[in-house]
Amino acid sequence: MTPQPHHDSRPSDRNFRLAIVLAIATGLGTGVLTARQVLAATAAPAAVTIDNFTFGPANLTVPAGTTVTWTNRDDIPHSVVATDKAFRSAALDTNDSYSFTFRTAGTFAYFCGLHPHMTGKVTVTP
Amino acid sequence: MTRKSPDADDGKLTRRHALECMVWAGTGVLWTMSGGVPVARGLLGEAKAATETGFSFLQMSDSHIGFNKAANPDALATLREAVAKVKALAVKPSYIIHTGDITHLSKSSEFDNADQVFGETGLRVHYVPGEHDIIDEARGQAYLDRYGKGSKGAGWYSFDDHGVHFIGLVNVVDLKSGGLGNLGAEQLAWLADDLRDKSSSTPIVVFAHIPLYVLYEQWGWGTEDGTRALALLKRFGSVTVLNGHIHQLAQKVEGNMTFHTALSTAFPQPAPGSAPSPGPMVVPSEKLRSMLGLSSVTVRQTGTPLAIVDSTLDR
Repeated sequence: MTPQPHHDSRPSDRNFRLAIVLAIATGLGTGVLTARQVLAATAAPAAVTIDNFTFGPANLTVPAGTTVTWTNRDDIPHSVVATDKAFRSAALDTNDSYSFTFRTAGTFAYFCGLHPHMTGKVTVTP
Repeated sequence: MTRKSPDADDGKLTRRHALECMVWAGTGVLWTMSGGVPVARGLLGEAKAATETGFSFLQMSDSHIGFNKAANPDALATLREAVAKVKALAVKPSYIIHTGDITHLSKSSEFDNADQVFGETGLRVHYVPGEHDIIDEARGQAYLDRYGKGSKGAGWYSFDDHGVHFIGLVNVVDLKSGGLGNLGAEQLAWLADDLRDKSSSTPIVVFAHIPLYVLYEQWGWGTEDGTRALALLKRFGSVTVLNGHIHQLAQKVEGNMTFHTALSTAFPQPAPGSAPSPGPMVVPSEKLRSMLGLSSVTVRQTGTPLAIVDSTLDR
């Protein structure tokens, strides 16, 4: 089988670039580039793996601006669907990934659209 | 079946040889349902009764075309083996009921391959989708474009044949976080309406991908609002519920309802709770075909019992 590209890795990059542009534009507009905006645009990425029909870690805490990447290590496809529908991956076959950048603080519950007993949560701190 | 039985040397059809022929590939369980109570019968007698008085159909499930991992590197090849068994049947079944997961990833090429191999049977296939059949970009449109003609909603429908009312349900759409399979209010309303004019003596066969009752909640093996569908079916004298999804045989009788899950033709899955997850179970390659198979269901015209024979690919 042809390896699948990282789903949505381009939109994430785009979002990342957009974040920087916005941060700079805001900075220029007000004459101040706040530390928080810089932090938000440069937060280290975080990862969640799917093994044995389980999201690991099931509870992840990251600062705002973090891009989280889910990677499926199972022999069965899974997906990542936000309970509030804020994000939704395509079906991820074995070793496929999906990334989403969390810009705002809050708690984001998600589950697998194929196997909804699989659930996880991302807590985003300001 | 072509294997020569040591006690058939005198040229006469011995019981042992007859069993091998009549119960094609049959290592499986044969049981009949009479008034909701399973009755064990002699295999030969039962098979004979089926050919004389009833009509039969096959249940096939979980073909997972496109699956190529360790548990079975070629799911299309094992489907071909199952189809070869179907083509070799002495008594031609009326059709095939497929209880979902035709494909592994809902790709056009996977549906194409499945259609081509099932087409070789020359039998009509009545499908319901599994969760693997609706993961195309348009989330189920690829399935509906192919198999949805004449169906409602996400692909549910009913039809009548030989006095039996068949109902295909979809319980893999719009699944809720933390939940199980899901039928939804619209489908349940349709089901109530579909059953309204049916006499309670009409034999009912319901088929859907995920088991309609909760078989093992920790692995999501059940349908959240399945009890609401079963409540609508309770007044009928003979209800047979055929499901897939769990890639192993499970049978249960409750009142007038008989529940049966079929084997997959692609890969086995572990028994509930016997493994860290319900993922594909890797078994020694020489053992694989004893864990894959299909079921033959015979509907008899006298009374309402249905007989189900489960068969594996290794004989």
